[in-house]
Amino acid sequence: MSLSGVSATALSLATDVRSGTIKATEVIDAHLAAIAALDGELNAFVHVLDGAAREAAVAVDRRVEAGEDPGPLAGVPVAVKDNLCLRGAPTTCGSRILEGWSPPYSATVLERLVDAGAILVGKTNMDEFAMGSSTETSVYGPTRNPHDLSRVPGGSSGGSAAAVAAGLAPLALGSDTGGSIRQPAAFCGVVGVKPTYGTVSRFGLVAFASSLDQIGPFARNVADAALLFDVIAGHDPLDSTSLDRPLVQVGPCLADGVAGMRVGVLAELVDGVDADVAARVHEAAEALAAAGAIVEELSVPEVRYGLPAYYLIAPAEASSNLSRYDGVRYGLRVEASDVAAMNSATRAAGFGPEVKRRIMLGTYALSAGYYEAYYGQAMKVRTVIVDAFAAAYRGVDVLLGATTPTTAFPIGAKTGDPLSMYLSDVCTIPTNLAGHAAMSVPFGTGAGGLPVGVQVLAPALGELQMFRVASVLEAAAPPTPAPSPPPQGSGGGVR
Amino acid sequence: MTREDAAYVARLARIDLTADELDLYAGQLAAVLDHAAQVAAVDTSGVAPTAHPIPLSNVLRPDEPRGSLDRGEVLAQAPAVEDGRFRVPRIMGEAP
Repeated sequence: MSLSGVSATALSLATDVRSGTIKATEVIDAHLAAIAALDGELNAFVHVLDGAAREAAVAVDRRVEAGEDPGPLAGVPVAVKDNLCLRGAPTTCGSRILEGWSPPYSATVLERLVDAGAILVGKTNMDEFAMGSSTETSVYGPTRNPHDLSRVPGGSSGGSAAAVAAGLAPLALGSDTGGSIRQPAAFCGVVGVKPTYGTVSRFGLVAFASSLDQIGPFARNVADAALLFDVIAGHDPLDSTSLDRPLVQVGPCLADGVAGMRVGVLAELVDGVDADVAARVHEAAEALAAAGAIVEELSVPEVRYGLPAYYLIAPAEASSNLSRYDGVRYGLRVEASDVAAMNSATRAAGFGPEVKRRIMLGTYALSAGYYEAYYGQAMKVRTVIVDAFAAAYRGVDVLLGATTPTTAFPIGAKTGDPLSMYLSDVCTIPTNLAGHAAMSVPFGTGAGGLPVGVQVLAPALGELQMFRVASVLEAAAPPTPAPSPPPQGSGGGVR
Repeated sequence: MTREDAAYVARLARIDLTADELDLYAGQLAAVLDHAAQVAAVDTSGVAPTAHPIPLSNVLRPDEPRGSLDRGEVLAQAPAVEDGRFRVPRIMGEAP
């Protein structure tokens, strides 16, 4: 199998491995070769699991030879964000404070992947503790956008998005707290899904903001994203926020179309974004109308309060969650004369600037005298946003908008001004506050030929209609260009 | 947020910051808080707070013994260990 093999879809790879047409070892070797050739430029991976991946592939091939079915992801390489615990493998969250740490247990999603026959190919780069929108705050340096190496891939799951876009893996997992799957998916020209809160177990996901975090898929097409979603979704007794109710498999319904479906183009997610991005959203709405959907424009003014509410709620939860990094049980310790001094010296040396800022912001929002005005008020505003979405969804089945206000920005453009970086999440944050589902689908290009993502939003457990809309959009979308090969890479024409 | 506020918050959060970091973060956090203060413009009288998007309560399971993490594997990850426990520097002012 040549490097061109890495353009293969997850569905076709799994089908061919299950039928014995190709071997899982050939599939994994092709992807490991692509990683070796290209990741020096991209920096999408912080840890490649070469040995374990090859062993797992051999085991899959043995099962096929023995007449067994290894599962729906048989032999499919999956890249996973480095905030997902994998027993015995480094898990750093892009932070110095977890350098050298290997978790004593695995995340439920990773066990589900392995049970479905998938091959975990490596841990991907991310903003430190998922705090960022560009994958520039990682202690391992920035990941580069495969479409333009001078630009960011988005974040915080930028390594996963770049790996899928460049053909280093057909599938990847990320986590989305305020847009960390959808925004990098849009910037890298791939599909990214933020499932309904509670549909995918968070057990083994290193916590950032627990009421907002959700794990979800990256793929190069909607059917592959559905395949991965159907494997990872489902109740897990180890996550007390996991929804214990039957979920509908989305894969079999992708071809059902959108005839008669009611689609609202959300003004707050179109007005104010760059003109090239807004134009693609309007074209996407026209495509849905042409496919039989009933499209209307509507406004939910309350979602404008999503960003300010989020930047109180998420840091508040983070400041509490990250108190566990105290130099006592795992990770870095900087010795000092007493425990308090050791804690403070360890955290000063182990956390990067963005994590320090968010912890301080959250600590401030929760501190005596400010709690009611900041955190308390933000939680009430969250209710206002939830109610406003509920009212909108009484009239429409899904909402449509931009995923991001701009296309991918240059590396270094926003690192000096945290607020400007935060504003790049303005279109994605409201969904997290409401606990709803949303996904980004590539839809043509903007200025400079960079990918644009259109966002489909659905109410809680609305994955079925969301994926059906995404499928129609994908069929109607102008082509997304192949990533330009890295100038010094030896594997040109990755796709 | 003043420089003094930043120093107070850093102390609460147990992060040692240099004088330069305090100056930098105080300015940056003041800008973020200015933006976040927009939440004050929303009329929330009579509105209940949402701490969690999907209301679930009293998630229970049968109280049955089951396996847990291996102590040796967990302690192998600790910065310092003594007699099967995590070892930390002194907590009180004087050694026991």
